[in-house]
Amino acid sequence: MTMTCAETFAAYALRSIGIGEKLLPKTDFTLCQQFTLIGSGLIWNVYFGFVALAFGFFLANALALAKTARSPLLRKPADWFVFVFRGSPLFIQFFLAYETLVLLPRSGINVLGMTVDTSWLTKAWAGALIVMVLNTAAYSAEIFYGALRSIPKGDLEAADAYGLTGWQRFRRIEWPTMLRLGWPGYTNEAIFLLQSSTLVYFSGFPAFQQQGDALYYANYFADKTFNPFIPYPIVAFYFICLTLAVIWLFGRVNRHLNRHLPQNMRSRIRLRPQVIR
Amino acid sequence: MFSACADPKSIEGLTWLGCYLTSGKHLDFYMSFATVMLLLAVTAPASMLLGFGGAMAARSQVAPLRWLGKGYSAMVRGVPDIVYFLFFVIALDQGFEIVKQQFVCPGWDQPVFQGLEFHVCPAAKVPVATASPFVFQAYGFGLAVITFAIVFGAFVTNVLYGAMQAVPRAQLETAESYGMSHGQVFRRILVPQMWTYALPGLANLWMILIKATPLLFLLGVKDIVYYARELGGTKTQAYDYPHPDWRIFYFLGLLVFYLLMTKVSEVVLGRLSARLSHGQATAAGEAMRKAAT
Repeated sequence: MTMTCAETFAAYALRSIGIGEKLLPKTDFTLCQQFTLIGSGLIWNVYFGFVALAFGFFLANALALAKTARSPLLRKPADWFVFVFRGSPLFIQFFLAYETLVLLPRSGINVLGMTVDTSWLTKAWAGALIVMVLNTAAYSAEIFYGALRSIPKGDLEAADAYGLTGWQRFRRIEWPTMLRLGWPGYTNEAIFLLQSSTLVYFSGFPAFQQQGDALYYANYFADKTFNPFIPYPIVAFYFICLTLAVIWLFGRVNRHLNRHLPQNMRSRIRLRPQVIR
Repeated sequence: MFSACADPKSIEGLTWLGCYLTSGKHLDFYMSFATVMLLLAVTAPASMLLGFGGAMAARSQVAPLRWLGKGYSAMVRGVPDIVYFLFFVIALDQGFEIVKQQFVCPGWDQPVFQGLEFHVCPAAKVPVATASPFVFQAYGFGLAVITFAIVFGAFVTNVLYGAMQAVPRAQLETAESYGMSHGQVFRRILVPQMWTYALPGLANLWMILIKATPLLFLLGVKDIVYYARELGGTKTQAYDYPHPDWRIFYFLGLLVFYLLMTKVSEVVLGRLSARLSHGQATAAGEAMRKAAT
């Protein structure tokens, strides 16, 4: 039975989230199938990347502030958190998280007479997401911490002169400047976080009913066809598109953050290759 | 291995733990740490060489060579490198087998790709099917080293190219005005000067390389991740040393190993950076000069 490309698209475009054809193609792989299924897997990469960024952003801000705190009670834990997550491979963090989460009792935990279900934590959408949130928080905290420390002294003195103190000074002077200075670095972080989401299904977390990410399907095709020259370049193509989209999106934010500055003082986003974490 | 360990079921407590941790499989596990170190020791210089060549090519006057160098360093932008890891291992393996087939069975005329299968003549398999398990492991490791070197060579190309561009133009012009040839300027001025600019980038790459080593597991090498999963899994009474699921402890051990590697590298690289900044016209060098006076 051969399917037209439109039929293939209808059957497999949402396969990675369990909608459409149950069985993956077994023989006669077409280019259309590979493009559709790998693209379908990309949904998971986008999900992991953007949701982790969204949550991680807030945690990163808190961590960066804690790192600048005078009190060692705040500073030390933040330093250790950042060191642990930046100093060890994400791959190992995924494994460790998975092995820890499967040790939770299957029947759930009893909290104040209520049974809290825990089995969802071992699923990739939750377990791997938690690891990615913590991981990106650590990397971004370091970026924001550096930005906080490089806020021009004049800006802070000006804030003092206007009588801004405490929360007001932070909200109106320090935080916007920190974001502006840290944004080029944060853009790179976003790109690498998206890329590292390809590790999820290779690090312990099982792909439930063969619902995996882009690399999972590419690996499936490469294993079945013994031909790496088609599926992997397709993944590469998708990720280059995704990277360009992120650069465009973050570039717009960057322009917004720099809108008050003269042209020659605006910070530019530069793509720096440094991938694995 | 020790006489006290002859009957593991009858011992308990610390003796049991001692015997457990020195069982044959555990010794293999400890050896796999050496595999990781060996990978680092081979890959780092190999990718430095590739990167140096790449950076030189990217600066070349000859256009095709320049495109090659620039293309190589652009390769790693925007694509997750785990994709390269999975890709190169199969591609290299098939490449070796096709080349070997040309030599060992020249008369073989069947197509290499038959439907869904990859076929070379049996004698052209790399390694041949009768080889010992060690040869298979060594071959897998070799493929991994080449893959790591290619990917990290591209990173290094990027860093060294930037560092070469960062060496102050005036220094090179001064050398030229002394009558040095192109090659002499490169050898005597550019290369010795570029390290202080290259070090932050190279240090970063070294950290990334350390953290990339668990990917050996994906390439089918029996590395520390393989053994942590193997040894930590639940062992029933059928085994000499039955125990519940201990994988979490093994992975905690790996985490500590990597954190230690990172910490030690940070200290060493910090010292190296201080040495290289000495007397340089950079912010770090200037700070050292001020601190000394």
